[in-house]
Amino acid sequence: MNPPPFSLSPLGRRRQRQERLAQGVLAGMVLALVLPLLALVGYLLVKGAPLLSWSFLTTNPTQGMRAGGIWPALLGTIYLVVMALIVATPVGVLCAIYLNEYARETWLTRLIHLAVVNLAGVPSIVHALFGLGAFVLFAGLGRSILAASLTLAIMTLPVIITSTREALAAVPMAFREACWNVGASRWQTIRHVVLPNAVSGILTGVILQVSRTAGETAPIMFTGAVFYKKIAAGDLFAYSLRDQCMALSMHLYTVTTQVTNAPEALPYAIAVVLLVAVLAVNALAIALRVRLRTRKKW
Amino acid sequence: MVNPPAKIAVENLRVSYGHREVLHGLSFTVAPNEIFAIIGPAQSGKTTLLRCLNRTLEFTPHARLSGIVRVDGEALAHVADVHALRRKVGMVAPLPVGLPMTIYDNVAFAPRCAGVRDRAELDARVERCLRQAALWDEVKDRLHTLGTRLSGGQQQRLTIARALSHDPEILCLDEFSIAIDPVTTMRIEEVLRELRRRMTIVLVTNLVQQARRLADRTMFLWNGELVELDRTEVIFGDQPRDRRTYEYTRGFFG
Repeated sequence: MNPPPFSLSPLGRRRQRQERLAQGVLAGMVLALVLPLLALVGYLLVKGAPLLSWSFLTTNPTQGMRAGGIWPALLGTIYLVVMALIVATPVGVLCAIYLNEYARETWLTRLIHLAVVNLAGVPSIVHALFGLGAFVLFAGLGRSILAASLTLAIMTLPVIITSTREALAAVPMAFREACWNVGASRWQTIRHVVLPNAVSGILTGVILQVSRTAGETAPIMFTGAVFYKKIAAGDLFAYSLRDQCMALSMHLYTVTTQVTNAPEALPYAIAVVLLVAVLAVNALAIALRVRLRTRKKW
Repeated sequence: MVNPPAKIAVENLRVSYGHREVLHGLSFTVAPNEIFAIIGPAQSGKTTLLRCLNRTLEFTPHARLSGIVRVDGEALAHVADVHALRRKVGMVAPLPVGLPMTIYDNVAFAPRCAGVRDRAELDARVERCLRQAALWDEVKDRLHTLGTRLSGGQQQRLTIARALSHDPEILCLDEFSIAIDPVTTMRIEEVLRELRRRMTIVLVTNLVQQARRLADRTMFLWNGELVELDRTEVIFGDQPRDRRTYEYTRGFFG
């Protein structure tokens, strides 16, 4: 007699077991990744909660940084990040357009590509020394927001170039060929077809650099960040570009290692502010991406 | 009878990619308002030949070309405005490419790149080209939706409309019927018969019967060599000069 149809053969049962195992292991890995992250954020929030308030964000530190707020550090970080990206974005994006759309493949462009990729892997402390030599001393900018943000810009540049190139390369070659076939110049092709379809990828790459820039301590330590600087509380234009500034990452380092008897909650509160700011920017990147993706056209 | 001056004249054309030569010295001419078919198996250099005609071969790294290609008597290597040349030599690629923009913009793209800004003229051109490509009736109510949302066959006709939008004098079609159904293919073939009154058509095709239906003369390329070029009746007749032509057109070729 024939077995009933659709019942599992021994082989089928084994396959089913393998399938369940694979799914279980893979899902477990995701949990192993997500749980520590949630635990970390939760821990920071609980520990930092007593200090978190609006005035914590908008007032100067007092009593040798043991009390008061973090306004100078918050504003300093904003200045550094914004300035660094204002410099690095146009240079990086235009550079990537040239490398991806114009440059022929020769040993020179391959060398440049290799250099860019390697530059992205250079430790930030090395960038800091370069910034100290090139901007602070040689260019005579002194320790200032300008020098520090230029150093950060140099640090993010290779990553922006790489991510932009990837975004450009994701636009199918057939689109470019179709444009060339109807007599469009390279620039017309880039302007009307390549860039509109790569812009979401380019922007995502740039915005993700915000979080990296905001978190760096080493490059700004040598080039423009200070332990303590009092500025007008709540004034968005309290720093000038030639000033030195405080920064969140540096401030975190300071209150944990250099200040005795700081309240236990203080470093956690600073970390929460840094984290939330970074998450907010990343959320912006995702929102932007979704928005541009819905306009994506193929 | 006096032969009219050739629209396209190719002399001893050799093309190599790196060290691999793919066209081994072709020479032929195409007369004005002719439908000129190029047949041959895959890898025989048909597409490469077309890419020489509008100088898009230069975009391929390591491609080297020797010999002379003339369009209207002018050697292409010395053409100063290559973009004007590409507008004169329209090109339809084998796979449909709707650019990621609206149907209207797809067709208006080339005229705009050439500097046409006048709205009324653009409108007229878009309508004319879409009609010529047998697409107008299907899309006239949704010109401002995305070209990439069209079906494959419609996108192919959109590609043809785009190639017509810059008023080419020569239209090159590279296996245009690969992605479209037989009915649409027939309609486009009808369109081509209509268009030949105004332009020269170079048709690369894998379907030998298509060459037979349309072409005045047919060229058989094999492995980058010109095996035979003659009137279509001769190529498809019982006694082409070369045995390989006979075998290929009868489908004995492997």
